[in-house]
Amino acid sequence: MLTLSLALRSLRNRRLTTLLTIASIALSVSLLVGVETVRRGIRESFAGTIRGTDLIVGARGGSQQLLLSSIFGLGAPAGTLSWDTYQRWAAHPAVKWTIPISLGDSYYGHRVVGTTAAFFEYYRFRNDGRVQVATGSAMSSDHDVVVGSDVASRLRIALGDSIALTHGLRGTGIMDHTEHPFVVSGILAPTYTPIDRSLFTTLEGIEAMHEGWNNGIPPMSQLAMPGAEPPPMPGADAPPATQADDGAMARDDVMPGDQGVDTLAAAADTAAVAPDIHDGHDHALTAFLLGTKNRFESLRLQREMNTDTDEALTAILPAVALTELWHTIGYAEDGARIITGAVLLVGLLGMMVALYSTLQERRREMAILRSLGAGPGRIAALLVLESGLLSLVGAVTGFALVYGLMAVGQGLAERHFGVYIPITAPGKVEWLYLVGVVAAGVLVGLVPAWRAYRNTLQDGLTIRL
Amino acid sequence: MIDGAPAVDIRDLRFAYRAGREVLRIDALTIPRASRVFLHGPSGSGKTTLLGVIAGVLAPTAGSIHVLGQNPAELPSSRRDAFRGVYLGYLFQLFNLIPWLSVTENIALPCRLHAARAARLGDTSIDDAARQLATDLGLGDMLDTPVTELSVGQQQRVAAARALIGSPELVIADEPTSALDADRRDQFLELLFAQCTRANATLLFVSHDLALGSRFDQVLSLPDLNLAAGS
Repeated sequence: MLTLSLALRSLRNRRLTTLLTIASIALSVSLLVGVETVRRGIRESFAGTIRGTDLIVGARGGSQQLLLSSIFGLGAPAGTLSWDTYQRWAAHPAVKWTIPISLGDSYYGHRVVGTTAAFFEYYRFRNDGRVQVATGSAMSSDHDVVVGSDVASRLRIALGDSIALTHGLRGTGIMDHTEHPFVVSGILAPTYTPIDRSLFTTLEGIEAMHEGWNNGIPPMSQLAMPGAEPPPMPGADAPPATQADDGAMARDDVMPGDQGVDTLAAAADTAAVAPDIHDGHDHALTAFLLGTKNRFESLRLQREMNTDTDEALTAILPAVALTELWHTIGYAEDGARIITGAVLLVGLLGMMVALYSTLQERRREMAILRSLGAGPGRIAALLVLESGLLSLVGAVTGFALVYGLMAVGQGLAERHFGVYIPITAPGKVEWLYLVGVVAAGVLVGLVPAWRAYRNTLQDGLTIRL
Repeated sequence: MIDGAPAVDIRDLRFAYRAGREVLRIDALTIPRASRVFLHGPSGSGKTTLLGVIAGVLAPTAGSIHVLGQNPAELPSSRRDAFRGVYLGYLFQLFNLIPWLSVTENIALPCRLHAARAARLGDTSIDDAARQLATDLGLGDMLDTPVTELSVGQQQRVAAARALIGSPELVIADEPTSALDADRRDQFLELLFAQCTRANATLLFVSHDLALGSRFDQVLSLPDLNLAAGS
């Protein structure tokens, strides 16, 4: 106890160094814990993008491509599947429900999803969250469009606005479906998933919009129209000021010969606008989601679909595909971890340097303690205790900092990044960090302590200045 | 500690930091209990080394030393440190105090470090004893003053109080007055003598200032005693 109170007094005496050391450890710990928390939040948000769906089915292709295109609205789908095939599987005895999805059009870079009322009934995200219409109602006629909350707020779309969708997954311009405008019938409540960045129409709407198009080429009458008029923007002649950049960028995207970052996307668009997607009188689907009557049947059903000979399909288990995808992008989080670990190491080394640099001026103090009968072991213990206290206070402060920031920034992260970061009591990993940091602090303190021990033996009762 | 034994008893003591380079070579030296001994030694005569040996921080290369009847070399190092903490008081020339402790905390430190030293206070609490000593040494109005704000003379008095708390058997003072002017030096010596008498402690006072010697029971000359000096 005496050693502890001596350590505390000694630290208090060097107030500035102590505070700076604690601050540097606190910052590195908060970075470490913060990255861990955000990582977990992102991971959970990510994994919660789709729930309750047992299989995602699309044209034969990669499972990641299917997941990304159908759920995350990224990249282009591998192809289409026929309405007949969809009907056949929807009627399969093991299948409880299906949600058809038709992609291929966009609005200012936001995807348009053609689907049915089943989407609102069966699609689940996060913890059993349903997609809900905040204002207005779900689309019912082939001129209705329901807008995700992000799309509505970014493009300032209001209920009843008339909008023209764009053929292809990017840009606006000559490929606009101006001859088949849609009316906003509803705006969705925020889900903090890619749904917020999408628009929803009926399958009939998608089909009607492409009436007369051939091989992804608009009807002659439309091509004859002069110029490349931008589609009508709701409520204003020009895109709203805040969206001016978006609009400009979107238009640039379709400029011929546009190279660079858009090349890939342009290629993807071409694929998406591949022949026969929207043609013919059947609905051509991009994918469909399904729920089974008995979840244990999912695997068997998946195998059955993947080996279907009538039409080549790919069926994936969302959870498995999500985990695979997470592992693919997981290298980034390893990198973040390594960096924060290095930051912590620097913080601890800083503490060691701070303690070590005081040793010379403290030699006198050590000789005095020695004359009073304190052994070299006790003097070494004093230094180890000091570093232990510094790292403990630093680590606890760091944790407090993270939780404080999370309490403040939780809503912000949700609104701006669509990442919901749950504030939970420190878990096993956090406690491990806490113990690890204090242990590392003690370990680091052994270095100056060892030096002090040697000094003490060497100096004896000689006071060196 | 043995009650009747002399405070310090040295026989054929040899000490060398490095083999072949003797710093101390003392055939016989006895300091009786409750005496005030003045040890005169110019710098380089090996006095700091001798004090280190007596305090049990340095182990003799050969020969024997008994402090209060105990040979420190026979004790394990932790007991040797504790022995010093309980039975000895030590005064440095300068900078005696732990800068981040108050006056009373500095004085009380030996009793806090060693329960056996605190036990020597009897019924008096450590705080009371520290306060009493501070008052006796004229520090009554600066009990909680940071020691860094004290004058050198005041600092040395605090150090004396710390060396004397718990009535140690032997007080070793290594030139404690060398930084004081003549008036303050005499005043300090008076206080030190009075407190040593009260505590019934043996005082081993080392200085190069021979003028002080007349006030002591016994004056020893280290260059005469130490056959290794100057060689």
